[in-house]
Amino acid sequence: MTKQKMFLRMITASLVRRRSRMLVALLAIAVGATILSGLVTIYYDVPRQMGAEFRNYGANMILVPSGNDAAFNMDAVEETLGYIKPDQLVGVAPYRYETVRIHEQPIVAAGTDMEGAKATSPYWHINGAWPDAAGDILLGQKVADQLGLKPGDTLTVSYAAEEAEPAAEPKTDAQAGETNRLDAASQAEGQEESGADEAQTTGEDYVPDASLDMMVTGILETGGSEEEYVYLSMEDLNGLTGGSDKLDVVELSVSADQSELKQYGSDIENNVDDVTPRLVKRVTESESTVLTKLQALVFLVTAVVLVLTMICVATTMTAAVTERRKEIGLRKALGASNRSIIGEFMGEGLLLGGVGGLIGAGLGFAFAQAVSMKVFNSSITFQPLLLPVTIVVSVLVAGCACLLPVKSATEVDPAVVLKGE
Amino acid sequence: MSLLELKSISKIYGDLHALDNVSLKVEKGEWVAIMGPSGSGKSTMMNIIGCMDKPTSGQVLLDGVDISKESDRNLTAIRRDKIGLIFQQFHLVNYLTALENVMVAQYYHSVPDEAEAMEALRRVGLADRAKHLPSQLSGGEQQRVCIARALINYPELILADEPTGNLDEANENIVLEIFRQLHAEGTTLVVVTHDPEVGEVAQRTVVLEYGKITREIHNESFEAKTAPALAEARN
Repeated sequence: MTKQKMFLRMITASLVRRRSRMLVALLAIAVGATILSGLVTIYYDVPRQMGAEFRNYGANMILVPSGNDAAFNMDAVEETLGYIKPDQLVGVAPYRYETVRIHEQPIVAAGTDMEGAKATSPYWHINGAWPDAAGDILLGQKVADQLGLKPGDTLTVSYAAEEAEPAAEPKTDAQAGETNRLDAASQAEGQEESGADEAQTTGEDYVPDASLDMMVTGILETGGSEEEYVYLSMEDLNGLTGGSDKLDVVELSVSADQSELKQYGSDIENNVDDVTPRLVKRVTESESTVLTKLQALVFLVTAVVLVLTMICVATTMTAAVTERRKEIGLRKALGASNRSIIGEFMGEGLLLGGVGGLIGAGLGFAFAQAVSMKVFNSSITFQPLLLPVTIVVSVLVAGCACLLPVKSATEVDPAVVLKGE
Repeated sequence: MSLLELKSISKIYGDLHALDNVSLKVEKGEWVAIMGPSGSGKSTMMNIIGCMDKPTSGQVLLDGVDISKESDRNLTAIRRDKIGLIFQQFHLVNYLTALENVMVAQYYHSVPDEAEAMEALRRVGLADRAKHLPSQLSGGEQQRVCIARALINYPELILADEPTGNLDEANENIVLEIFRQLHAEGTTLVVVTHDPEVGEVAQRTVVLEYGKITREIHNESFEAKTAPALAEARN
């Protein structure tokens, strides 16, 4: 038998045949490794999970027209989407704003893709139903109050090109991304006021170019300025206004962190001429801040748990050394050098760390999975690299915890501890 | 040249002279018993001979080498290579089997050899108990494992501290019989004891009192008793 085999036989015998005594240390390491593995798994998965959560707070990127062209169409949007990973794209909602008249009142109408709007604005609360067919219209709460309409009512939407033209110079100098969509709407609102003024000045001169009978399917409640508009399908609005396919703004919801979003923004800005991307800073920066704080918390908790684990293992190993003073003395009497004593006790500690780390890595994944299901209601991805990392960290923690106990083991005097009665 | 020679050694703890100017020679193949009441300095002498302690003054020559000034590290190496220790409390590693306990001594000395360790256990009549843990062995069996462990590296000196102190008469006789066989094979034995019966079976008995050797008794009947066995062993 080689010395290495005998070494392994001794340290495994010590752990296996003294398992009741070493169980506390093993449990401490396993618990520490579980927390480490679990929290690090969450640490890596939280950005993905939180990203999905933050998508509920609306779009995090807005596309507006570049330069003074004041509009772009879906071709430019398609080109833009080519720069974003498809699996990260949660939703795309194009908007076109026009001033229309309903019950003789000038109102801003937004033409959009309803499915896209659902994806980018999941926080919208609809009393009734989303429009899902031609002739359906969604009213903002304020518009509904103003016009005295409710779901199921019918109305006529009319449009006059002349009324819209005087204010058809969209602003393109918005600095903050989150304001751009509203800017585009307010441009239309400017048109509305202008049109209204004009109507007031021209009295009954308003002559619609086209009109459309529509049915109210729902009332939109957001608590924000979205309640001041009406929403209809892009096809209905384009049909009403004469077939133009121009867009004022496009909302994108992308499941990516702030740095990735900035990279996408930079790529789009450099490569797509008609489009200027803006990050919705309110969302992206909140997401970044929350993630940074969460990750710092995870790091702190992990560090504290590892220190506590180290203290627990050190205490157990100190007790083991005290309990085994006679054995240590005997080994020295048989000719064991201090190096041998250190090797054997460290070997036990490191083996304990390895086994505890292995158990902890498995339990940690289960722990992370449970937390993820409870908090985010979605499963977590197993990080294969975390298995060796957890074992190595557990071994290191156990090794550090053994340093002081092992030092005291080398100080045992065989003549004293082996003294006969 | 004597295997072991103590030259005027003293061991002083504060005002206490545990050993006071003691001189002793042990020849190769000799069986010496060191006797004395509690506090006479027996254990101190055993620790110094066993390289686990150093004298305050004097010289200790083991196989011609002065070990009284050696470093702790060298003393560990000398103890490992030249001395086999037998203890009153047996001091077996409680989570290792009888066989593994014997192999531990091989592990620190050179290379563990399971067959050789088993042979050592067979020699003390414990081959069938090799896989048992110390807790599964009687006191006499544990002491025999301890003897097998002391013998496994063929030491030049077997140093036994009260080897029968925790044994009943039957087991005491078994252990003493093993000592007789070892002596017959030429092994040098130094046995520290306060048991007169154990002292009497040795070739020579050294009596320690208050840290000094007060008497040396040559057992007259020893040669007559052991001569036939000795001759047989040497043939």
